[in-house]
Amino acid sequence: MSFSTVLMTVFSTTLIYAAPLIFTALGGAFSEHSGIVNVGLEGMMIVGAFSSTVFNLFCAKIFGAATPWISLLIGAVFGLLFSLLHAVATINFRADHIISGTVLNMLAPALCVFLTRIFYNGKGQTPIIDQSMGTFTFPGLSKIPLLGKMLFTHTSLVAYLAIIVGIIGWYFLYRTNIGLRLRSVGENPVAADTLGINVAEYRYLGVLISGFLGGIGGAVMAQSITLNFSVSTISGQGFMSLAAMIFGKWNPLGATAAAIFFGLAQSLPIIGGYVPFLAHVNSVWFQIAPYAITIVVLVIFLGKAVAPAADGQNYIKSK
Amino acid sequence: MAENYVVEMQHITKQFGNYKANNDISLQLKKGEILALLGENGAGKSTLMRMLSGLLEPTSGQILIDGQPAHLNDPRDAKKLGIGMVHQHFMLIPAFSVLENIILGDEPTKGIKINFQKAAKDIQQLAAKYHLKIDLKAKVRDITVGMQQRVEIMKALYRQAHIFIFDEPTAALTPQEIKQLIKILRALANEGNSVIFITHKLKEIKEVADRCVVIRNGKVIDAVKVSETPEAALAEMMVGRKVNLGIIKQETDQSQKILKVENLTVENHGRLKVRNFNLTVHSGEIVGVAGVDGNGQSELIAALTGLIKSKSGIIKLLNQPLQNLSARQISQAGVGCIPEDRQNVGLILPLTIAENLVLKDYYHQPASRHGWLNYAAINQHGRQLIKDFDIRSQSEKEKAADLSGGNQQKVIVAREIAAQPKLLIAANPTRGVDIGAIEYIHEKIMAQRNAGRGVLLVSFELDEILKLSDRIVVMHEGQIVGELDPKTTTSEELGLMMAGKKPVMQKG
Repeated sequence: MSFSTVLMTVFSTTLIYAAPLIFTALGGAFSEHSGIVNVGLEGMMIVGAFSSTVFNLFCAKIFGAATPWISLLIGAVFGLLFSLLHAVATINFRADHIISGTVLNMLAPALCVFLTRIFYNGKGQTPIIDQSMGTFTFPGLSKIPLLGKMLFTHTSLVAYLAIIVGIIGWYFLYRTNIGLRLRSVGENPVAADTLGINVAEYRYLGVLISGFLGGIGGAVMAQSITLNFSVSTISGQGFMSLAAMIFGKWNPLGATAAAIFFGLAQSLPIIGGYVPFLAHVNSVWFQIAPYAITIVVLVIFLGKAVAPAADGQNYIKSK
Repeated sequence: MAENYVVEMQHITKQFGNYKANNDISLQLKKGEILALLGENGAGKSTLMRMLSGLLEPTSGQILIDGQPAHLNDPRDAKKLGIGMVHQHFMLIPAFSVLENIILGDEPTKGIKINFQKAAKDIQQLAAKYHLKIDLKAKVRDITVGMQQRVEIMKALYRQAHIFIFDEPTAALTPQEIKQLIKILRALANEGNSVIFITHKLKEIKEVADRCVVIRNGKVIDAVKVSETPEAALAEMMVGRKVNLGIIKQETDQSQKILKVENLTVENHGRLKVRNFNLTVHSGEIVGVAGVDGNGQSELIAALTGLIKSKSGIIKLLNQPLQNLSARQISQAGVGCIPEDRQNVGLILPLTIAENLVLKDYYHQPASRHGWLNYAAINQHGRQLIKDFDIRSQSEKEKAADLSGGNQQKVIVAREIAAQPKLLIAANPTRGVDIGAIEYIHEKIMAQRNAGRGVLLVSFELDEILKLSDRIVVMHEGQIVGELDPKTTTSEELGLMMAGKKPVMQKG
C-alpha cells in the first residue's frame, strides 16, 4: 500500500468517525451556551440513530439513494422531539440538568430497543439498511495533486457538511443577534431578562437545536458506520461529543476541530490494520484509546476551560 | 394638574404574601430633576423602583409616565417609555465585550448579522455628549467597577431613556469614582433627563439631589427639599428616631502590645500582595487601615486569620507567634474576625442563626459532646445572643439567608465578640448595611476598644476610618505608605495617600 493511500485511508476514516461527533458536539455547544447542561446527548443520538434506521428500512424502496440523507432529517426531528423532554424538565420544572440528562440517557436505549423488538419480530437489532451513505469523491477537487487524494477522494461527504454546519454555528452564535441573545441567557439570565430577552424562549431554542443536531449525529452513525440499529450502535459517542465540546472551549469551531481529533481516536482500530508500523499492536489498545483519550482530555481541560457562567443554573423569575 | 410630572406613582401597594413591601406610596418626579429616594435597607425602595422598571407588577395603584397611565408588565414596556435602570448589582455579562453588553436586546442588524460598526458609532456619539469614558472592545470582566457603572448608564442612554433610576449607585465605588458619578448625574439632569437616585447615604443626597423622598417600612414618611433640610433631620426621618452620628472616645490604657506584625510578606496566586509589612496594635486602640480595594488588605487579613500562609515574617499576639497556624488555632488564641464578605465567608447561609452562632465552638462542650451536637444548648446560646445583640429575626431557627444584610452582619459581630477576642479584626464591617445597623456595629467595635482589646479596622469607607480609629495607616501596593492622626488629617489627605502619593510626614 502506497504512502498516499495510507494517508487517504487515515483521513477518510477519521472523517467518517468524526462526522457524528461534530454534529453532536455542536448541538451540545448550543444547549450549553443557552445555559442548559446537556449530558443527554447520548440519548438524543440513540433516538436519532433508531428513528433514522427505521425510516431507512421502511422507505428505501421509495427514495432510493436519497434515503440516508432523508433519514438524517428524520433522525433530527425525533432527536428534537426527544430533547423537548430535557427542555421541559429543566426550563419549566427547573429540574437538575444532570439528572434530567441522565434520564434521557437511560430512557433512550430502553425505549429504542423495546420498539426494535416490537417492529422486528422480537429481535434486539434491526436488519442492515440497504441504502447507506457510501464514500464520495469530489469531482474536480480530487484532481489536486496529493491533497486531492488525501482529502477529496473516497471520503465522507457528510463530514464536510458537518464542518460547514460548524462554521455556520460559529457565525450564528457570535455574529447574529439571535446568537448574542442565546449566549446572554447562558451567561447571565437576570441581566438578559432586564433587557427584555425571554430567557425561557432562548433556552428552548438552545436545547432544541442540540436535540436536532444530536439526532443528526446519531443518524449519521447509523447510516454510515453501523448500518443498523442495536443497543451498541451508540456506545459513548454522546459523551465523546460532550468532551469534544469542552475540549473545544464551547466554541463551535473548537468543538469541530476537537471532534475531528476524537474521530481520529475512534478510527484507530480500523487504521491500525492498514498502517504498517501499527499493525503488530494488539487491537484492544486501539479500542480502548477513544475512551481513554476522552477521560484524559476531560481531566486536563475541564478545570481550565471556561463554561458559560450560568451553565446549569435554573432561572426563576419573580413577579 | 398643577405641574407636569414625568413620573407619577399613585397609591402604589406591593404585597408579597402577607407582607406589604410598599404600602400606599405616592411620588412625583419632575423633568430635569434629581430625586433622592432615601430609606434603610428593606424599607421598600428597590421594590418600588423594580415596579417602575417593569420587573415587578404593583398589587394596586397606578403609574403615570408623562401624564399617561402606563402598563409596566415587562422591562420592554419600561424601555419603550424611556425608563432606564442602573441596578445596584450590575446587570452585565462579564464574558461579553462592553459593546455587546450595551447593544444586547436592541442590536442594530444588517440582514441577520449584527452591525457592530453602526452600534459603535452611535455609542461613541453618546459617550462624547455625556463625557462617559468607556472602552467598547474590552471585556466587562476586565474593566473597573466605575467603568462597569458607566456601561450600565450607557445601556440606558443607548435605549434613549430620559428617566434614569440609580439603585445604590455609590455602594461599590471609590471616592474619586463617586465624584465622577455625581458629575454624570448632573450632566444627565442638565440635558433635560430626570433621575431617581436610591441611597441610604446622606452625604451624597446633600451633594447631588434636588428633592428627597424618605421611605420607612414601605411607607412615604415625607418629601422634602434637600437644600432646606439638615442631614440629621433626614437621618431621623429615615430611621424613625434620633441618630447618634458622632461617637465619643474614652481614654484607654494603650500600654500593652496586642498584635505585632514584623516584615510580613504574603503571596496570592504567585503575586506578591503584602510586602515587608510592619504594624502594631495596642490594647484599647483601634488601628484603621485605609486604602483602595486590592492593595493587599484582603491578603493581610487572610494571613492574620490563618486562611493563607505567609511567605515570611512574624505575627505575634501578646508574644505568642501566630504565623502559619491553622485558622482554628488562631481563633483559639484569641483573634476574632468580621470578614469582608459576610455572605460567603462570614456565614453559612442555609444554616440557622443559632448554628451560625456556634461555628467557632461547635466542636466542644457545651455545643457538642463526643461528636454529638447538643441542639438544646446551641439554640439556647442562639436565643441569648439574638437578645444581647438585637438581631431582628423570627427565631433562632431562622435561616441566616433570610435575614437582612444588617442583621446578618449582627450575627457575625455577635459570634466574634461573644468569644471575647483579644484582637478583633473588622473588614468593612458596615458595607451595605443600613444606618441603624451601622450605628450599632460601630458602638460594639468601640466597646471592644474601651474594654482594653485591640481592634484592627480595615475599611474602604473613609468616614468610618476617620470616625473610629485612634491611628490610621494607609496601605498601598502591599505596604504601609504613611501613618496619620485622625484628629488632624482630612479625607483629601487620606485620598491622596491612598492613591500612592508620597506622604507628607516622615515614616517611623
